[in-house]
Amino acid sequence: MTAPRSLLHIDWTACDGRGLCTEILPELLARDDWGYPLARTRGAGSDVPVQERLLDAASEAVALCPRQALRLVLGT
Amino acid sequence: MTGAVASSVTAPVGTTRLTSAPAADFATHLATFGPLPTSNPAVLLSALHDSGLEGRGGGAFPAWRKLAAVPGRERARGRRVVVIGNAAEGEPLSSKDATLLTVAPHLVIDGLLAVAESLNGTATYLYVRSSVLGAVSRALGERRDARKIELREAADSFVSGEASAVVSALAGRRPVPQDRPFLLTESGLAGRPTLLHNVETLAHIALIARFGPAWFRSRGTASDPGTRLVTVTGGGRPSTVIEIGGGAGLNDVFRFAGIDPAGLSGVLVGGFHGAWVPASAGNVRLDREDLARFGATPGAGILMGQDARHCPLTVASAIATYLAGETAGQCGPCVNGLSAMASVLSRLARGERDPSLPAELRRLADLVTGRGSCHYPDGTARFVLSTLTVFDADVRAHLAGTCRKEHS
Ligand code: SF4
Ligand code: SF4
Repeated sequence: MTAPRSLLHIDWTACDGRGLCTEILPELLARDDWGYPLARTRGAGSDVPVQERLLDAASEAVALCPRQALRLVLGT
Repeated sequence: MTGAVASSVTAPVGTTRLTSAPAADFATHLATFGPLPTSNPAVLLSALHDSGLEGRGGGAFPAWRKLAAVPGRERARGRRVVVIGNAAEGEPLSSKDATLLTVAPHLVIDGLLAVAESLNGTATYLYVRSSVLGAVSRALGERRDARKIELREAADSFVSGEASAVVSALAGRRPVPQDRPFLLTESGLAGRPTLLHNVETLAHIALIARFGPAWFRSRGTASDPGTRLVTVTGGGRPSTVIEIGGGAGLNDVFRFAGIDPAGLSGVLVGGFHGAWVPASAGNVRLDREDLARFGATPGAGILMGQDARHCPLTVASAIATYLAGETAGQCGPCVNGLSAMASVLSRLARGERDPSLPAELRRLADLVTGRGSCHYPDGTARFVLSTLTVFDADVRAHLAGTCRKEHS
């Protein structure tokens, strides 16, 4: 049994790349050449896996993202 | 099981199927193919399943699975399902959908009606390029059963045919891809379950509904059954659209289109978001199995031959520059990453002898992949990486300053 995976989804059509989320979630997100959030998990693309202990921080990023570009999809 | 052959006519033999009617009008269509049998949803679904028909718009999604994906409970609730025939065909190298709508519009209309009918109580649209609006509207006017089909002009851009971009356009919004939490088959146009099929897929459905899956599979290969339309360009000739059996040899297809494959250094399969097949690979079959080792798929049947005398990096650089200019301008990594890739590739193509350029291209391709709201950056990255791999000798010649090919 693998643990249920929660995913932080990035809506690139909304994100402006100022990088607030990368400050709240430095363990998950770096910044790319242009400032946009870049998953540290290779190949995660637009859906970044979130470990259990980072769920609170991820919710905070969702709430604080100025462009409402983040969505947390909880693993069930 | 169906398999019932329409009684008054015989099924087309050979690989000329979609294009077998001698004229585009409704009477000729009926004389050639017979009337569209009334379809029972379960029968149509099983016929499509057994036929192995895959989408002809590029995604190669099994046609039956799209039908099956419309949730039964939605249908039971009587929610109006939306069915869209997609001929946006934004890829500049492709013209097979426009050609099909010109020579056999009634097959497309039949397919749209068959799918719509099997999902009952539906809204239907045809989304086509401006150049064929006249031909399609004439065809629609020829038959009473097509009155409810709404004809709409497709936006003129590379991404206009992406499913969510089509839905967005039909809803009166910008024709660009959407980031959406739901599948279109659950919630698409106006929140209704929405099904998009490429128009060529619909035309094949019209024939499968008449002549059955065994007939469909009597041409093509096991992994690419049936026939398909391909747009062939190369050798300085204007593009031609031909109908071929699935899994036909690439060299044979070029010969058939009047282009000598011996003069090519490679073939770009799948258009600007496709991948290269080097000439050295021989007569590679145009089916999923044989193309997989090059990272290519038959896609929307777009084939561009690369003239062996011309520099492929120059051609690839022009394509990358075009693609960078055609992003929908919405997603940061796509907009920035594609223009960065185009500029690095153009430095390489122009002969800048910086040995770090190929690695930088690979890094950028990796960086943009998966980081857009549609697959546009992924397709562009695939094309760029394929160029570096297949034309590695040209890359090295550029870095060594020894490329002697024509650079125009
Ligand atoms: S906080 Fe929101 S807008 Fe800012 S970089 Fe992160 S996702 Fe993008
Ligand atoms: S990924 Fe690129 S093409 Fe697709 S929606 Fe975003 S900006 Fe547009």
